[in-house]
Amino acid sequence: MMTDKTDGKEIIGRGAAEGARLFREWFAELTTAAERGEHTAYVFVMGSIAEILCSFDIHLVFPEITSLQTAVRRVAHEYLNAAEDYGYSPDICGYVKAEVGVQLKNGEHPMGKIPRPTFGVLTNACNTYLKWGEIWERMYQARTFALDVPGSRSLGGQTWQGDPDFENDRKYVEFQLRELITLCEEITGKKFDVDRLRETMRYTNAMSVAYKRLLAVNMARPAVFNAMSEGTIYLGVANALRGTAAGAKYFEDLVEEMEYKAANKIGTLTQEKYRLIFVGVPCYPIFRRFTELFSEWGGAFTGSTYLEFASGGLNTGFQYDLNRPLESLAEGVLVSVRHAMDAMFFQNQWLVDSLDAFHVDGIVYHPIKSCRTVSTGLADNRRAVMAARDIATLFIESDMMDKRVVTEAPMKNRIDAFFEGLATRKLKAA
Amino acid sequence: MSYAAGVDVGSTQTKAVVVDEDGRIAGRSLIDTGANVVTAAEKAFLLAVQDAHIGEETVGYVVGTGYGRYKVTFGDTQITEISCHARGAVHMFPQTRTVLDMGGQDTKAIRVAPSGEVIDFCMNDKCAAGTGRFLQAAAVALEIPLADLGPIALRAEKAVPISTTCTVFAESEVLSWLGKGKKIEDILLGVHRSMGTRSMALLRRVGVEAQVAFTGGVTKNLGMVHVMNEMLGMQVNVGEEAHFMGALGAALFARDRIKSSREPIALKEGAI
Repeated sequence: MMTDKTDGKEIIGRGAAEGARLFREWFAELTTAAERGEHTAYVFVMGSIAEILCSFDIHLVFPEITSLQTAVRRVAHEYLNAAEDYGYSPDICGYVKAEVGVQLKNGEHPMGKIPRPTFGVLTNACNTYLKWGEIWERMYQARTFALDVPGSRSLGGQTWQGDPDFENDRKYVEFQLRELITLCEEITGKKFDVDRLRETMRYTNAMSVAYKRLLAVNMARPAVFNAMSEGTIYLGVANALRGTAAGAKYFEDLVEEMEYKAANKIGTLTQEKYRLIFVGVPCYPIFRRFTELFSEWGGAFTGSTYLEFASGGLNTGFQYDLNRPLESLAEGVLVSVRHAMDAMFFQNQWLVDSLDAFHVDGIVYHPIKSCRTVSTGLADNRRAVMAARDIATLFIESDMMDKRVVTEAPMKNRIDAFFEGLATRKLKAA
Repeated sequence: MSYAAGVDVGSTQTKAVVVDEDGRIAGRSLIDTGANVVTAAEKAFLLAVQDAHIGEETVGYVVGTGYGRYKVTFGDTQITEISCHARGAVHMFPQTRTVLDMGGQDTKAIRVAPSGEVIDFCMNDKCAAGTGRFLQAAAVALEIPLADLGPIALRAEKAVPISTTCTVFAESEVLSWLGKGKKIEDILLGVHRSMGTRSMALLRRVGVEAQVAFTGGVTKNLGMVHVMNEMLGMQVNVGEEAHFMGALGAALFARDRIKSSREPIALKEGAI
């Protein structure tokens, strides 16, 4: 819904400010939970099952977010070193090591104090999730609930709603969700309340509608938000406040802000010269500078695969049927995890489809040392996209956590050369 | 007559080239970069101007390139050495579709369009393996002048495999082969082949298409040229100016800027 606030002063920049405030409050609540020893579930962005957990008033810790925040706050090396001193290899996932570092430092974190896990809820969307759960089991004897989400990792192999195989898989997931409910009842001593579940699902529905719209608004020229930098703030709120009234309001307001900017041609950059898509996970150890290396050339990221696969399915706009909550929740989990898989492994068609819709000049691939799941296959993906379309691409490697493998000078050199190529292309096309 | 100049401030050496309005090289210079990058850039530029027998004031535009390009304080703009090597190579060898540039600290594989436009590029990441530093490490370990490495390697009968990709560890590996009684020339050919293998990996990533131009300081090493010819299965183009290719490309871009300043503004927009 468009606002009648015509000068825009109250609207522009609200999403960034509110996002930062909500995030600080969320970490403050975690600090309180840690001090009071309240029940906390460690969950992941791909299949957090926040709706059930929130209905039991269980606090959520996203280890991926905990870890990346140490990098954004430029202290990741302290946590990585702690984990490596403890015996973890430099080649292990940086998120895992930073989170182990947080545990070794008794929950001390730049955003507050991270409570210990009462239990972990994992999915098989990433193999590392399962190994991560083992760490908490050994450290704290914390129980882990591994949700097996069936699906295919072959091209076009997923089944969707309406397919008998999908229905069988949905029943299998629903059965596991019922087991999770029993576990939550056991841990909290509370009785499952289906109306509380419906309430959280209703909020997620509202967030999902808004989030999908948000991604689409960036087709506007100029782009109204930077999908890599600002998008990461939105992604954090999408996960941390999933299934909450605050989360729903945030995204409704955010859409209003972005639609206002689009209508008034207010871009994220004052002078947008190139429109880009980002593939992978950002370089958090130099997050601001990493963004500037592109924006200084007038490069705006209109889209990012990260905003797809790490959004817990909000990108799909999926709507739960509140008349059959558990059945529908199982359906949503299947759809979101399968979309996340496809967004990581078969991105090339999505990328090709996005080129025209978002008026894209180039694609930036950013494989990272720490994460094989999102990085393996990017070279092949890039080749497939370049074979399908004459599009400029950049392939730069660094890491999302470990600044030891992030060197700005060579990175800048590659990025500058990429933009020089884009400039030549534009000149020829003119 | 107005002139244009390119100054390529590399990690090891700084090169400068002055071209005339037709793109012909009028003067050039090559000096060690040393610790003072700004001074090195100025000195190289003045030496190239001197070599061209022209007045400094006749140089209408200067482009800085290389890692120290932002230290060319008197320059008019900066362009990466990736674009500059491609431009220089296509100027010298118009059939060039692939460029392999081996410098002191990095190696680049560049695929170019017939127009000289960079289509794709790939560089060594994370460390200096497969670059000029690798040869320097071997020269130090064997106590042989850098310039002699190539000719000695060409005398080899059977290359010793150098498996490490780490420049520091390569020194240890070279010494261990010496300890086992291997001939110096065989070890050196192994060192060159190891570098060639790393370069081939970069080249394959961008796709090798004939003709291939070989540029950068390592081109002075005939052993390396021989190994690349062998591994690519074709003769690479190595001109007399191979070491100056980045500076030449920069000078050609500078010449473009002088020319375009005489053209309508619309044509200039977007030009690098």
